[in-house]
Amino acid sequence: MSTLAVTTTLNGETVTFLCEPHETLLTALRDRLMLTGTKEGCSNGNCGACNVILDGTLVNSCLVLAAEVDGHQITTIEGIAGPNGLHPLQTSFLENAALQCGICTPGFIVASKALLDKNPQPTEREVRHWLAGNLCRCTGYDKIVRAVLEAASAGATKE
Amino acid sequence: MARVFIPPLLRARTGGLREIELEGATIGALLLALEAGFPGTRERLVLNERLMPGMAVIVDGEAAVDGLKSAVGPASEVHFVPAARGG
Amino acid sequence: MTQSNGFKVIGTRPVRHDGVDKVTGRALYGADVRLNGQLYGAMLRSPHAHARIVAIDTSEAAAVPGVKAIVTGADLPHVGDQIADIGEGAVNLRHLSANILAGRKALYFGHAIAAVAATSLTAAQQAVNKIKVTWEELPPVLNLRDAMAAGAAPLHPDVFTDELGEKSTTPSNIAEHLRHEKGDIAAGFAEAEVVVEREFVTGTVHQGYIEPHSATVQWNADGQLTVYCSTQGAFGVRREMSEILGVPISHVKVVPTEIGGGFGGKLNVYLEPVCALLSRKAGGRPVKMTMSRADVLAATGPTSASIVRVKLGARRDGTLTAAQAWMAFEAGAFPGSPVGSAAGVILAPYDIPNVVIDGFDVLCNKPKANAYRAPGGTNAAYAAESMIDELARALKMGPIEIRLKNAAREGTRRADGPVFPRIGFVETLEALLHHPHFQSRLERATGSRRRGRGIAAGFWFNWGGTSSASAQVNPDGTVALSEGSTDIGGTRTSIAMQLAESIGIPVNLVKPQVVDTDSVGYNDATGGSRTTFATGMVAYELGQKLREELIAHAARQFEVEAAAVRFEDGAFRTDGKPPLSYFDVCGALRDTGGEIVASVSMRTKGEGPAFGAHLVDVEVDIETGKVKILRYTAAQDVGRAIYPPFVEGQIQGGVAQGVGWALNEEYLYDKAGHMLNAGFLDYRMPTALDLPMIEALIVEVPNPRHPYGVRGVGEVPIVPPAGAVANAIFDALGVRMTELPMSPARNIAALAAAGVAA
Repeated sequence: MSTLAVTTTLNGETVTFLCEPHETLLTALRDRLMLTGTKEGCSNGNCGACNVILDGTLVNSCLVLAAEVDGHQITTIEGIAGPNGLHPLQTSFLENAALQCGICTPGFIVASKALLDKNPQPTEREVRHWLAGNLCRCTGYDKIVRAVLEAASAGATKE
Repeated sequence: MARVFIPPLLRARTGGLREIELEGATIGALLLALEAGFPGTRERLVLNERLMPGMAVIVDGEAAVDGLKSAVGPASEVHFVPAARGG
Repeated sequence: MTQSNGFKVIGTRPVRHDGVDKVTGRALYGADVRLNGQLYGAMLRSPHAHARIVAIDTSEAAAVPGVKAIVTGADLPHVGDQIADIGEGAVNLRHLSANILAGRKALYFGHAIAAVAATSLTAAQQAVNKIKVTWEELPPVLNLRDAMAAGAAPLHPDVFTDELGEKSTTPSNIAEHLRHEKGDIAAGFAEAEVVVEREFVTGTVHQGYIEPHSATVQWNADGQLTVYCSTQGAFGVRREMSEILGVPISHVKVVPTEIGGGFGGKLNVYLEPVCALLSRKAGGRPVKMTMSRADVLAATGPTSASIVRVKLGARRDGTLTAAQAWMAFEAGAFPGSPVGSAAGVILAPYDIPNVVIDGFDVLCNKPKANAYRAPGGTNAAYAAESMIDELARALKMGPIEIRLKNAAREGTRRADGPVFPRIGFVETLEALLHHPHFQSRLERATGSRRRGRGIAAGFWFNWGGTSSASAQVNPDGTVALSEGSTDIGGTRTSIAMQLAESIGIPVNLVKPQVVDTDSVGYNDATGGSRTTFATGMVAYELGQKLREELIAHAARQFEVEAAAVRFEDGAFRTDGKPPLSYFDVCGALRDTGGEIVASVSMRTKGEGPAFGAHLVDVEVDIETGKVKILRYTAAQDVGRAIYPPFVEGQIQGGVAQGVGWALNEEYLYDKAGHMLNAGFLDYRMPTALDLPMIEALIVEVPNPRHPYGVRGVGEVPIVPPAGAVANAIFDALGVRMTELPMSPARNIAALAAAGVAA
């Protein structure tokens, strides 16, 4: 099987990695680049645990081939916090107790960042609609939605 | 004398009695006393000298944690019920 | 500062200790484990629901480059019949073993048959595809009625109906019959002026944790096994590995990772023994295996489909005089459904003088059922609470009124015999009664939309169990706490808070960590709502020990007797001398007697039973059958809310799971027993768009047997939702929904049958 070399901008840094042609971005992130913050919940695009931002667009990394990201920009959960500390969404998730087991949390935070980048002041309905692609089995979503709304009202704008 | 409640499916062995007053300081002692009066009852509640797996013994409203060695007071109430723990 | 509840730490809302790791992606879960030299495992699973395994040919698979080991059921040591207490109730270890890798027969679609370890996952999967199994297909038994029918073919030749130790003379799919009796049922119904009776059916549902099972195991040449896995109970994994593999328990060390949800589904092992066998065959290289979502749904332990019949009798004034329940639960391929706990839950909220409850544990060709949050409780309460609602309507009583009139209280004798200690069901109902939601009027909708309001109650026993923990005081005043209770939803913090309260220090000085089975005393699994109760009780005792030691050290510094020293508001005081700060004393430990280390292990007593009462408003579209949740309020007596945001979270999460169970979730099988919806698209769990905000109304009737009054929280909130939603749908449509889930198609069919036109 031919191995491909892929060069991408990952969390602001240029990275080159090797992968097989059939490999997903999720697998490459976790097994090649050791960025295990991006989680696998279903591997068919139904749970959002593997959400990353690809050129400003929210995607399920399990539905993107690793080879496709050559020359593109990716932000994973590991790239959400800045050099000066946590992103306001991360702080808001902590302060609102918006996580229990935490496995879906990276996906929710990445998805919420993609939302606030596009729509800094979403309504509750807009938050719920946007996050409908992310499954959480622990919280009933109440505190997650509140955390995103609170981060938005505190001005968690694009970084 | 402790009040030992006989599980419904064991009452055929106690002549239909629903509860029996028995002397004993532990669950194990009560069950020996029960067996003495009603042969064939103890083997249904004890396996390999331990309380039957899957069963809980409730003494005065609380799950007894020491199995056959659990202490029983002179006026205690004893029940044998399915063990329920949870998810 | 002391709060209104009289505590300094308990009841506050600190950020959880493991929070930063979990919002930055640094927390390591089961599938994040990576060991040097590890191999990747893949599993061959049965494509048939019931088939004899005639032969397994692994020769072609072994020839795939990179393959290092292949195992089948023949590699598992022979485990004889041995009944043990593992998980929910009794388990025959031989059955547990046969569920790990099938023996002579595959008993359900997805049953593990063989496994491969290879240098890459791709190679392992290719090899799995080359394993040739010669099958002899057998007719499957796929539902309760077929399984229980006279003359039904038994799944196992050696399972007989057990009635409290008395066995049937011929093999049967009814593995167990249990019964509770109280009073005189015939007299009770004779006394009744109104009698209602109905049968309810519920489908198979899954816990739906987002993290698939994953295990990495290394079987060293010296016989030591190290297991890295995501589990609710590391000590349970250790025990099961020891029993299934036939190795001494001291040879197994279990290192628990973070866990991405469990809800009862991660109490037992699935992959761990297989990884161990592969590791041994591969010369001791570690083997990692992770399930796909399809494997999780098809082949782990969902909870039982059930049939529940309830008959209630009451006098005109609403007093219940008699109740009868009959329930059959699917156990799946091996005995052990949660019908026993269902029988304890079903009528627990009510004081009824005459009761008979019969329960049946029934085998069929589906995956072996496992615990799911308040196991059996939702099935049971759906039926019972629907009938309480029907009775209230027949008597023209309010839903809270009839429940208050018959509510169990301290001293009430349960149907299964024991008498309740101090409980808070009445207080919970009253909290709901006075809540603005209950006091509000539901605006009726127009057109094809109908609105309704429903109420249901729920009960869970709560469990104590054994917990252990140890702690040491550091020179900077922090306290390192080592515990063995898996933290699924904030228990590091709820336990640390109890330790901090007990010592008398702020919670941020406690550094909790969950450690491996060689590094802490025995702990039962995180389940049964026990961790904040039991490990919290251990933390209290631990705190008292540390506090006493700290006072002794301070006394040495003061050069007075320990009895003359008080520890208040972060300072040690004695008469006639300036106080010593907590930090001064910690910094001087080496000069005042040495380090402070303590450990505590307890088989806890005094578990506190708990109740919830839920209120829901729904809107049903009678053209599409879709049910929308408009408003939800869940009241619950938690004893004491140690860490309120996570108490609320437990209640909200339980409601969400219950609503999913009520409206959408169920396993679908074809006639041959193949699961049709083994994915999150078709096994449809609630999303953020399907739910409103969920108000958690915390009621505190302290458990007198716990130092801080804790009862436990996690199980109760999944018990009432299905009944509450069903009662709300009845209120909206006048149609009694008798089957879960109440999906759009079922609702449309029920409306058509009832002659309600859009």
